Amino acid sequence: MQIPCIIKRRYFKKEVYVVYKIVKKQTLNQAVELMEIHAPYVARKCEPGQFIIIRVDEDGERVPLTIADYDREKETVTIIYQVVGYTTELLSKKAEGDYVQDFVGPLGQPAPLHKCDRVIGVAGGVGAAPLYPQLRKLAKMGVPVDVIIGGKSAEFVILKELFEEFCDNVYIATDDGSLGTKGFVTTVLEDQIKAGVKYDEVIAIGPLIMMKNVVKITKEYDIPTMVSLNPIMIDGTGMCGGCRVNIGGETKFACVDGPDFDGFKVNFDECMQRQGMFREEEHECRIGRGM
Amino acid sequence: MANMSLKKVAMPEQDPNVRNKNFEEVALGYTKEMAMEEAARCLNCKNKPCVGGCPVNVPIPAFIEKVAAGDFEGAYEVITTENALPAICGRVCPQENQCEGKCVRGIKGEPVGIGRMERFVADWHMANAKETEVNIEKNGMKVAVVGCGPAGITCAGELIKKGYDVTVFEALHKPGGVLSYGIPEFRLPKDLVAKEIESVQKLGVDIETNVIVGRSITIDELMEDGYKAVFVGSGAGLPRFLNIPGENHLGVYSANEFLTRVNLMKGYKFPECPTPVKVGKKVAVVGAGNVAMDAARTAKRLGAEEVYIVYRRSEEEAPARLEELHHAKEEGIIFKFLNNPAAIKADENGWVSSMEVIKQELGEPDASGRRSPQPIEGSNYDLDVDTVIIAIGQSPNPLIRHTTPGLDTQKWGGIIVNEETMETSKDGVYAGGDTVTGAATVILAMGAGKKAAAAIDQKLQGK
Repeated sequence: MQIPCIIKRRYFKKEVYVVYKIVKKQTLNQAVELMEIHAPYVARKCEPGQFIIIRVDEDGERVPLTIADYDREKETVTIIYQVVGYTTELLSKKAEGDYVQDFVGPLGQPAPLHKCDRVIGVAGGVGAAPLYPQLRKLAKMGVPVDVIIGGKSAEFVILKELFEEFCDNVYIATDDGSLGTKGFVTTVLEDQIKAGVKYDEVIAIGPLIMMKNVVKITKEYDIPTMVSLNPIMIDGTGMCGGCRVNIGGETKFACVDGPDFDGFKVNFDECMQRQGMFREEEHECRIGRGM
Repeated sequence: MANMSLKKVAMPEQDPNVRNKNFEEVALGYTKEMAMEEAARCLNCKNKPCVGGCPVNVPIPAFIEKVAAGDFEGAYEVITTENALPAICGRVCPQENQCEGKCVRGIKGEPVGIGRMERFVADWHMANAKETEVNIEKNGMKVAVVGCGPAGITCAGELIKKGYDVTVFEALHKPGGVLSYGIPEFRLPKDLVAKEIESVQKLGVDIETNVIVGRSITIDELMEDGYKAVFVGSGAGLPRFLNIPGENHLGVYSANEFLTRVNLMKGYKFPECPTPVKVGKKVAVVGAGNVAMDAARTAKRLGAEEVYIVYRRSEEEAPARLEELHHAKEEGIIFKFLNNPAAIKADENGWVSSMEVIKQELGEPDASGRRSPQPIEGSNYDLDVDTVIIAIGQSPNPLIRHTTPGLDTQKWGGIIVNEETMETSKDGVYAGGDTVTGAATVILAMGAGKKAAAAIDQKLQGK
């Protein structure tokens, strides 16, 4: 049985019902889409590094997504997602003007950004989305920033123009060499370090294996590195404990203690293992629901 | 003439071997005749010890008298003068430690089945009562309630009746708190929870879902927005773990995660509902409280062949309601009392392959007054399981205490209140339920919500 949806959602200080309207939808490449969603509570308070949980429809899964951008005036929040599973495919079917069932946040700790001489961001694929507001904030704080964006091919390199607005250097790495350097983001990073560029900090956001490899290099050169973890979770408020990660031998909840952590302390192998806990079910769900 | 039978009128239940494969309610409820027969067991004694045993002081003999006379709507009115959620309390209250524990009839034989009758009356009302218009005179003041669980709903229900505008802020997408995400369908049907919540909404309570107080908005911001008082009933949502090796292996859940996947996200309907839950063939549930029983019985229903309750103390110390222990046993849950987990082992892919357990013996009573378990050296053995569910309790979520300056809390996280008024150290802020006491019962949380509502009213009316 359902609890009927006669629940009022009245926004702070205004007698406006909050419904989560998709005010803008954009296809970034064949696998990645952007949505700007009206979500006043989130837009009013969120900071770079924080995330939201979205539920596309009644009975839907709760899916965490890191915030890519926000507009306090328009009260909107931008999410960028890769269409990879049942729920993101469902989301992808929604059009501008449609609504999503639930959109809650901001969750997690804001990224610990501080003033220093130079920071480089390293993004893998859709990881460029959560990296973007972090670097932009650093640039606004007066910190010179560079970025390395990686993707399978030119088409999968996203947000390049947006980064160019405030980054001193935008480096690109693609697996097939169709744009920028042929190879991995880690190669570009190591080249820069070897060439003598001094970075006070690295912020790496992307697939776990990419972040693990970035940390391998930055450890060697002793450059502090923050990574953003996106483990499986349900509520996002500290209730389920499903998102527990091993940070320097201690168990932390990514939802309340993170999602950003000191990359040197993260047990990436355990994260990768836990990420796969429901792999078979993801498959079965798509078959079971005819997708 | 009182019914002098030493036993309660039996409760019809689904057969254990049928019900341990479905999610339908286990106890089927009394018929009219059964309720009236049981009501006749009440002696209507002078000093009414049962009322003192009830955390919200329901006038028990008065409602039973109405049941005996067949006036079920009258009985409902009597109960709801003090208890807004009778259908829920009739099902989940630990009556043996409360009203029924004090019943005179319990000295020789079984106490009067107060919980069963409460449930009957509430169900009868839901099925038969006509809608009545309520006219409440508004006083123009607004109060915010944080958390839409038992404490919050009760507080909101009381305040709306006193004329306040009440908004409840709920972090999840569905109201109900532990009634929605924690307690399983077979013990507390969710349509019933929905109806009880709806009845409070009909009185005019606004419920805003998807608002996390402490993140989406802070308590100070609520006060600035014109709320004259805030009641915090945010529960005890933070799961405890054992801190033993192997707890992050695949196949280890907190009871919260496991039950939330099944109840709130309807994992039992996977893949029709897309949130999966994985239950292996052999499941160990650590702990012996109500939550542990819920997790074990849920695992059995989801197809686990062997389900163990692993508990470091003996059966006597198990905190679960007697009925839950009894139902769990009937359904084939295997109890390993005086067994304490030492480590969880995994296969080469990181999946749970067994749990190492040390046998215990009981020593001297500890701070809780219960005899404390001591390990028997060399008694370690491996329990062959592929899923482990940790159900050893929850603590209050730290979000509110981290974002509310001036709110004093205990070392373990509970909000400190004046127990008479539920006032916190922060002016205008009240708290109650599990966020104050640590994980306790639905009815205690409701009692706290009610007490706070009375205190808020007194303060705001300048009484």
